[in-house]
Amino acid sequence: MVRGSGSRAASVRRRVTTMLALAAAAWCGPASAEPTTITVATVNNGDMIIMQSLTRQFEQAHPDVRIRWVILEENVLRQRVTTDIATRAGQFDVVTVGNYEVPIWAKQGWLRPFDDLPAEYDVGDLIGTVREGLSVDGKLYGLPFYAESAMTYYRKDLFEKAGLTMPEQPTYAQVRDFAGKITDRRARTFGICLRGKPGWGENMAYLTTLVHTFGGQWFGKDWKPEIESAPWKSAIAYYTDILKKDGPPGATSNGFNENLVLFAGGRCGMWIDSTVAAGLLYDPSQSTVSDRTAFAAMPVGDYTGGPTWLWSWNLAIPATSQKRDAAKTFVQWATGKDYVRLVAKEKGWVSAPPGTRRSTYASEEYRKAAPFSGFVLKAIETANPNGQTREPRPPGASGAQFVAIPEFQGIGTAVGQTLAATVTGRNTIEEALAIAQNATAQTMRQAGYPK
Amino acid sequence: MAVLGWGVAFLLFFPILWMFLVSFKTESEAILPGLFFTPTTQSYAQVLDRADYLNFALNSVVISVGGTVLALAFAIPAAYVMSFHPGKRTRGTLLWMLSTKMLPPVGVLVPIYLIFRQLNLLDSRTGMIIIYALMNLPIIVWMLFTFFKEVPKEILEAGRMDGAGTADEVRHILLPLTLPGIASTGLLSLILCWNEAFWSLNLTTSTAAPLTAFIASFSSPQGLFFAKLSAASTMAVAPILIFGWLSQKQLVQGLTFGAVK
Repeated sequence: MVRGSGSRAASVRRRVTTMLALAAAAWCGPASAEPTTITVATVNNGDMIIMQSLTRQFEQAHPDVRIRWVILEENVLRQRVTTDIATRAGQFDVVTVGNYEVPIWAKQGWLRPFDDLPAEYDVGDLIGTVREGLSVDGKLYGLPFYAESAMTYYRKDLFEKAGLTMPEQPTYAQVRDFAGKITDRRARTFGICLRGKPGWGENMAYLTTLVHTFGGQWFGKDWKPEIESAPWKSAIAYYTDILKKDGPPGATSNGFNENLVLFAGGRCGMWIDSTVAAGLLYDPSQSTVSDRTAFAAMPVGDYTGGPTWLWSWNLAIPATSQKRDAAKTFVQWATGKDYVRLVAKEKGWVSAPPGTRRSTYASEEYRKAAPFSGFVLKAIETANPNGQTREPRPPGASGAQFVAIPEFQGIGTAVGQTLAATVTGRNTIEEALAIAQNATAQTMRQAGYPK
Repeated sequence: MAVLGWGVAFLLFFPILWMFLVSFKTESEAILPGLFFTPTTQSYAQVLDRADYLNFALNSVVISVGGTVLALAFAIPAAYVMSFHPGKRTRGTLLWMLSTKMLPPVGVLVPIYLIFRQLNLLDSRTGMIIIYALMNLPIIVWMLFTFFKEVPKEILEAGRMDGAGTADEVRHILLPLTLPGIASTGLLSLILCWNEAFWSLNLTTSTAAPLTAFIASFSSPQGLFFAKLSAASTMAVAPILIFGWLSQKQLVQGLTFGAVK
């Protein structure tokens, strides 16, 4: 009896063990063959849409990784990803971040460094200024898939008609002169289009570069704002004056997209903006002036060689991601040399991701498809984001058309609104700069600067 | 008077009409105010090519219906007690419930996000159903409360005399009497859930993302996007718009349900 029950218990135990073993096998078996799904958060711009459309090629080459895309508007994405990373929730395995955020987030410990990139990735091929902007203490925290600087676009036909020649490197004094001669309000042609829409990434991106080349800067020693200084006054006077005289009506509602439409529709004689516009303006399906558009470098004022304009979109891996290896595989694929060739093969060389790799610019085919590529490369290489302004910058300050501190988004947007009101004539330049100076000084004090 | 009525109706409907028209333009026509153009469905084709519309739409339906049903399940008993057996603090409770709607949602984003992370509810339909039910609960309780208030107490008492318990009272007397009101409350909640964008954008990534996330993916910082955005928006509002038209009678009947029938 006792023995009997003992053997029955043993057989039950054996059966349970077998079942558990089988269950465990069933549990682990498919898991090892199951591909890892990574979530990639990104913005909706041309280069990312191409990347999304090439997902299948990636998955074919890497059958163990699957991709889920989350595409959001730029500001929504920023808020969404910040919430997720700050609360360590780990919803995203790869995030798209600008060169403004990368150093700030890296210092917070939010991003994983790319410190073991394989030799075939060829880090040295990434354009120097872009790479520097993504490094903290010599470690890369994001890999770029797109970079831009800024340049001057102008209409060959209008310049010829007015008997003008655009030099390769114009000055702002020349630009003022050209704009005055080209404006023809009756024909609805305006000498110059510039960003006027308030925002740290809209009008303030352009105005920051303008202030730099007029010899000014955002912050002096000890992070004291210098918005009421003479260079700011002359830069803002220049900007409001030229927009009022030779700009399109309602300039304060024009951001990048609106100016692109105006220039592509033949309304602007000149336009100073991001290098990404070149590809769009030369595309006959998007621009009515594709055969009459020419380009020159970004104009300079009396201080040259300082920071101008550099923006990059980069892929980074949040420290909270649980699928680091799969994420790394994807990021290296999407920012590698082979990817550039893949895009060229599938979509044509003109669609190749710009601004990231020297090898792209060395390609004969790319130079042929994109006649502006030499200018773009030079503009990016000389953007000098860590460079010196005329007066010394505060220690640790960097950024070309922005200042790479977390407070700048708020400051830039507030100052942008105040200055837009100057363009519409609601306040004078002196009033606007005084308001901007006080508001910025207060924000910086509250944030505890100098740190 | 009639002209004024039509005028206001047209004014309210105009943005939707414009969006519908723009969705059939090409991107370069979309930025011009022209009324005459050759319609094209290329934006729709591009939108469908880039995103899985049906998946987003299914999430919207499941989350909106789920949230509404869950909210009604809590609100009907609550409103019943408050209208027929009010206590000392009923008035205060009602006001307090309404006051929660006055807080801007972003104020509680981080705590909610942390709770959701802890409970594994991020990017899940269950999580969205719960948040939508909670979001609409105050409004639903208030609406049901006013509808129930219209029902004379004597009718329920008569039922009780005939031996009906609380459950029978609610099921066989109260609910049939106030059905138009409940239906219109449900419809309103459904519409509110469908259009909600803050929580759905912040708490979902891909598996539970509803149509609001679908729309948000077509706004672009570079290049033209109005036609594609309009096409995506038209596809996102179409189901609820058609549903609203079909149920217009119930909605109006419910909202005007009351003392002056």
